[in-house]
Amino acid sequence: MKKLTISLLLLPLMCALCYNCTDGKVETKIDDSLIENGIHVATGLAYDENFELVRALCTSCHSAKLITQNRATREGWKDMIVWMQKTQKLPDLSTAEPIVLDYLAKHYAPEDIGRRSNLDMESIEWYELSEEE
Amino acid sequence: MKHKRSKNIKSPKKQSPRSLSRRGFISKGTVSTVGFVLGAEMVFAKHFPKGLTPIGLLENDIADDLIGKHKDLIILNDRPVNAEAPPHLLDDNITPRDLFFVRNNGVPPTDINVDTWTLTIEGESAEKTKTYTLKDLKTKFKEHSYQITLECGGNGRSEYNPPAKGNQWSLGAVGCATWTGIRLRDVLEDVGVKDSAVYIGYYGKDTHLSGDADKKTISRGVPISKAMEDESLIAWSMNGEDLPMHNGYPLRLIFGGWPASCSGKWLEKIVIRDKIHDGPKMVGQSYRVPCETVAPGAKVADEDMCIIEEMPVKSLITYPRTGASIKLNQTLSIRGHAWCGSSAVSTTEYSIDFGATWEKCTLTKPANRHAWQHFNAKMKFPKVGYYEVWARATDEAGRSQPMIVPGWNPKGYLNNACHRIAVRVTAS
Repeated sequence: MKKLTISLLLLPLMCALCYNCTDGKVETKIDDSLIENGIHVATGLAYDENFELVRALCTSCHSAKLITQNRATREGWKDMIVWMQKTQKLPDLSTAEPIVLDYLAKHYAPEDIGRRSNLDMESIEWYELSEEE
Repeated sequence: MKHKRSKNIKSPKKQSPRSLSRRGFISKGTVSTVGFVLGAEMVFAKHFPKGLTPIGLLENDIADDLIGKHKDLIILNDRPVNAEAPPHLLDDNITPRDLFFVRNNGVPPTDINVDTWTLTIEGESAEKTKTYTLKDLKTKFKEHSYQITLECGGNGRSEYNPPAKGNQWSLGAVGCATWTGIRLRDVLEDVGVKDSAVYIGYYGKDTHLSGDADKKTISRGVPISKAMEDESLIAWSMNGEDLPMHNGYPLRLIFGGWPASCSGKWLEKIVIRDKIHDGPKMVGQSYRVPCETVAPGAKVADEDMCIIEEMPVKSLITYPRTGASIKLNQTLSIRGHAWCGSSAVSTTEYSIDFGATWEKCTLTKPANRHAWQHFNAKMKFPKVGYYEVWARATDEAGRSQPMIVPGWNPKGYLNNACHRIAVRVTAS
């Protein structure tokens, strides 16, 4: 319920921000309140109580896709934050850092995929192929 | 696994042109509001550069535009744009402009004026500093066209275990286009190259994601010997038209067989260096692999990392698309491309039994050095069931593609493991 309230509270603010950002152009956007299977659809980020903090801190400088396509341990994510601080002007995250690291390590941990994975059977769209002339 | 990972990657539903320069930032005064609403202390706010206030709440609204690119490219990252083609869309012998992968490190330049665009050559080992307009380059030097394959050094990164950070490219960060321009050698010789020359480095007009005008995103290069090759070009045309915006319009470098990051885009300056070029992404761990092989997951010190030069032999099945279902009496035709970092590919084979046996494909000769070659084969299947068709290329030096992911490296470069597609054979 709390999450819903936050989302609702944020809606008018976000509309205002969007307007500001796009110089008033009307654009088609994914509904920001849409959550499917624990994923915030508009960003692709895992949705939990620390989602908004992570979103605010990380996506002001880079795409959420840079998070969702990567996997690392807590130490690995910490290394990336240090790298961004050294080279990309990321400021000290102070008390927010452990929260962000917990979130990343929980939702984007590496899996042991071995030396070569099976083809992902779920993603294959089977189709009838007729012989070429 | 790579497919599983990519499930979370959503393509922007709709994109429309807009100013790139305002991306990601809004006027001051919102950070504290956000902090208040979230109930989170925005401890970092005061550290942000003046005038640059994070928005953070607009993720689906800030995708860079994929101007001139095919809608079915897989978008790995939208700020900066990084997008690759699914293998079956790379079936053409010459990769169409809209299907050529995009690997941007920063924000492409806007408001390009080709009448005022210049290229400056300078550096410790240049006899003098010289600046050319685009017209100078197009009229003063002899024009050359080559089919040249460019592949991202990180193509295939998604399969490394433990994972490497960065864009999780799968198979399609590669393409072969007809590039037209002039030989880099001709321009360097026109300026004059001192005997002390070791390397050339490039600078492009793309800007750093942070918005800092003084910060360069990437400035790489190649040894002077590579710069002097016939096929090393300063190019302004791709497949007979101006370069696409995301592929470096109006001017870029082309170096076949080496990581595509050597082939600088939006080219405005070349430096002739008396040492190995030391621009951003030449140093540290970028585009480097361990000088000595390491165990998976090893930490490697910067000084033990060596610059990637030639890319390894590789091939891609571009027809049919994975997931083909055929009848037992049917003949399956496959085709695709094969390429390598130097010389040429000598053989391409396929296997329908997970590498137990291999059959030769028909393989064309390259149109020129660094052009990818085309293979095809026809096959029947012994009985109904699930199959995979694997392809394997071997270069003239006898080096083949491994069936497993090759030696692990910290940044996940140079995965040239065999490509395979799924095929189902049903009763006739």
